Amino acid sequence: MSLLELDGVKVHFPIKKGLLFDRTVGHVYAVDGISLKVEAGQTYGLVGESGCGKTTLGRSVLRLVDITEGSVVLDGTDLAKLPGEEMRRFRRRLQMVFQDPLGSLNPRQNIESILSEGMVAHGIGKDQEERREKIKSILDKVGLPSNALSRYPHEFSGGQRQRIGIARALVLEPDVIICDEPVSALDVSVQAQVINLLEELQEELGLTYVVIAHDLAVVRHISDTIGVMYLGSLVEEAPSDALYAEPKHPYTKALMSAVPVPDPEVEDQRERILLIGDLPSPANPPSGCRFHTRCPWAQAERCSTERPELRDVGGGHRVACHYAEEIAAGTLARTTGEVVPATREGVEDAPVSEELAAATVPEQAGPPEQESTKAEKAETAEKAEKAEKAEAVVEAAEQAEKAASAETPDEAAEQPEPEAAEAPEPEAEQPEKADKAV
Amino acid sequence: MSVATKTDKIQRLAELAATKETSTGASLWREAFRRLKRSKMAIIGAVVIALFVVLAIVGPYVAPYSPTAQTWRNEVFPNRGEFVGARGENWFGLDHLGRDLFSRMLVGARQTLLVGVVATLIGLIIGFVIGGLAGAFATLGGDTGRRVDSVIMRFIDIMLAMPSLLLAVSIAAVMGQSLTTVMIAVGVVQIPVFARLLRGSMLAQGSADYVLAAKSLGVRKRRIVLSQIVPNSLSPVIVQATLSLATAIIEAAALSYLGLGNPDPAIPEWGVMLTQAQRFFDNAPMMAVYPAVGIIITALGFTLLGEAMREALDPKLRG
Repeated sequence: MSLLELDGVKVHFPIKKGLLFDRTVGHVYAVDGISLKVEAGQTYGLVGESGCGKTTLGRSVLRLVDITEGSVVLDGTDLAKLPGEEMRRFRRRLQMVFQDPLGSLNPRQNIESILSEGMVAHGIGKDQEERREKIKSILDKVGLPSNALSRYPHEFSGGQRQRIGIARALVLEPDVIICDEPVSALDVSVQAQVINLLEELQEELGLTYVVIAHDLAVVRHISDTIGVMYLGSLVEEAPSDALYAEPKHPYTKALMSAVPVPDPEVEDQRERILLIGDLPSPANPPSGCRFHTRCPWAQAERCSTERPELRDVGGGHRVACHYAEEIAAGTLARTTGEVVPATREGVEDAPVSEELAAATVPEQAGPPEQESTKAEKAETAEKAEKAEKAEAVVEAAEQAEKAASAETPDEAAEQPEPEAAEAPEPEAEQPEKADKAV
Repeated sequence: MSVATKTDKIQRLAELAATKETSTGASLWREAFRRLKRSKMAIIGAVVIALFVVLAIVGPYVAPYSPTAQTWRNEVFPNRGEFVGARGENWFGLDHLGRDLFSRMLVGARQTLLVGVVATLIGLIIGFVIGGLAGAFATLGGDTGRRVDSVIMRFIDIMLAMPSLLLAVSIAAVMGQSLTTVMIAVGVVQIPVFARLLRGSMLAQGSADYVLAAKSLGVRKRRIVLSQIVPNSLSPVIVQATLSLATAIIEAAALSYLGLGNPDPAIPEWGVMLTQAQRFFDNAPMMAVYPAVGIIITALGFTLLGEAMREALDPKLRG
């Protein structure tokens, strides 16, 4: 018996129109029949491009959105049918870490108040004194100083804020934590820290995670089992290594082929599958197999009429494709789509899910490979951000100078030398100042 | 490679500095107040308001003469167009009944402030309750809540559809002529403004991630509204209240001008004084200028402070 079981979960949002009285004119099929099992102490990774319903699925597990149909069973209790007050009390066992670290913290509450909120709601701890002790021990676990208690969210960095978000989930001692894009809003270097923290906590506390992400490298690094979503349903589910070794669904194949290989020789010979067309609207999903409109192997009759179920093709590898075996054996010819050398110019502009293509990085031992496309993207994005931050940074560095001259921090001294050459204009003088401070 | 590492390093240094500098933490309210103190506009506005308030408190005690005694009634002849302007004895001159205008201005400040503050409070409190309820139902009440919200807001729309002065005049007409009527009339006109503002602000906050986070923590709905949504929705309402004080004073003056104010013309109030002065504007324009300038300066003070507060409380300017 798995800890968390989803069976045929559907979340349909009504589309309403009307001047005086709202009429329902249709539905957005955000999540359309998903069944999966999450084992205790394991991590289930959910990947998919934006708009495929992965966030909605995560929220439906916590009943933050109403479940239209199906059941979410946690440890024998069906959450989908729990009445309001019982559900509220049950939330203690099921927590969430949000994508936007700043947005998910109330700007007008200090950290102590933010972290006490859940304990007060569930009657944990006799008085504030007892709660404060508990909060301090949790802060220590997530690597924050205990003087953070009286400070406010805007006084922390992105990584620290996400640690606060994780601490908020942890104070309730939940069984399952849903991480909705836990690192996508963070700097690349901070991403690795937060991911490692999540892994350490899992080991220490025996937590079960559902990690939602669009970054294949992050998901691969942290997950035991991975589910690939497309337009509101699972198209493939397999143990992490098996999925990356041999993707069986055409959509997964296309996704994986968008990941550059860090070996230039392999990369030169690698082929990349380009999908044609856009993601169909979830308000009007295609008939039959949801993917048949873009599938390079789509067959005339069956794919557009019969919706494939997830079926086990051996070794816990589940695929929702009628022709998975034939495609794997190479006996089925491609009907549409384009296969190009991975290094062809302009490939980045291909209509394959941009978000995924951009954010996809092969797994590395440490922090993600810097030379890859991801780092480049991150750099351009950062440059824009930097221009804004530059002023604040100057001020901050001056403060740092003061502080550091009083007491030289060892940690900062060990940081690698920043390279000023590539720095964007307003930032150019900055690293020097920082150096002086050290 | 370099950019990411550098950001990280600078960030760490900045964090380090921040940790050493403030260990107590600065709430957003405190930061806003600090910004407010730096704004020239706010200082000027606050000084004007402070003077006005002091005037309202001590005015009656420092007035050189009685504001109601027609001490010099033998020196002014409105029928013949003979008035007395500013002179050593009477700094602002005399009004049409031979009363000292300077004393009347000083004493009238209290009434004027009272009308502005009470009217704004009426609008603020009732509008806050209505808007807060609508906002709470709309954000956390589900489908039924949204329906309750629609009903409340249609009611507010009806109020808003009527021209404010017309609404105030009809209220004053129904309730009869008195200072209380003016306050209520001006206050009621402000209700929909505050209600809509708070509700809109709450709706925007209601879909924020931290509200979702509170929900997923299992925090009770009432507490989500009171400790999460409302404190974050207050800024525009506070700003509006400051700006409304200026409007309320002017509208109260307008109602008094139309003759719907205090029926006892003996009690000085700037709006009433302005009304009385208009009949003699040809011969004694200064009689109208004093209360008019008084109203303008006061309204300006509140407007300046309000605008400065809007800037200080704007989260986009934080940093």
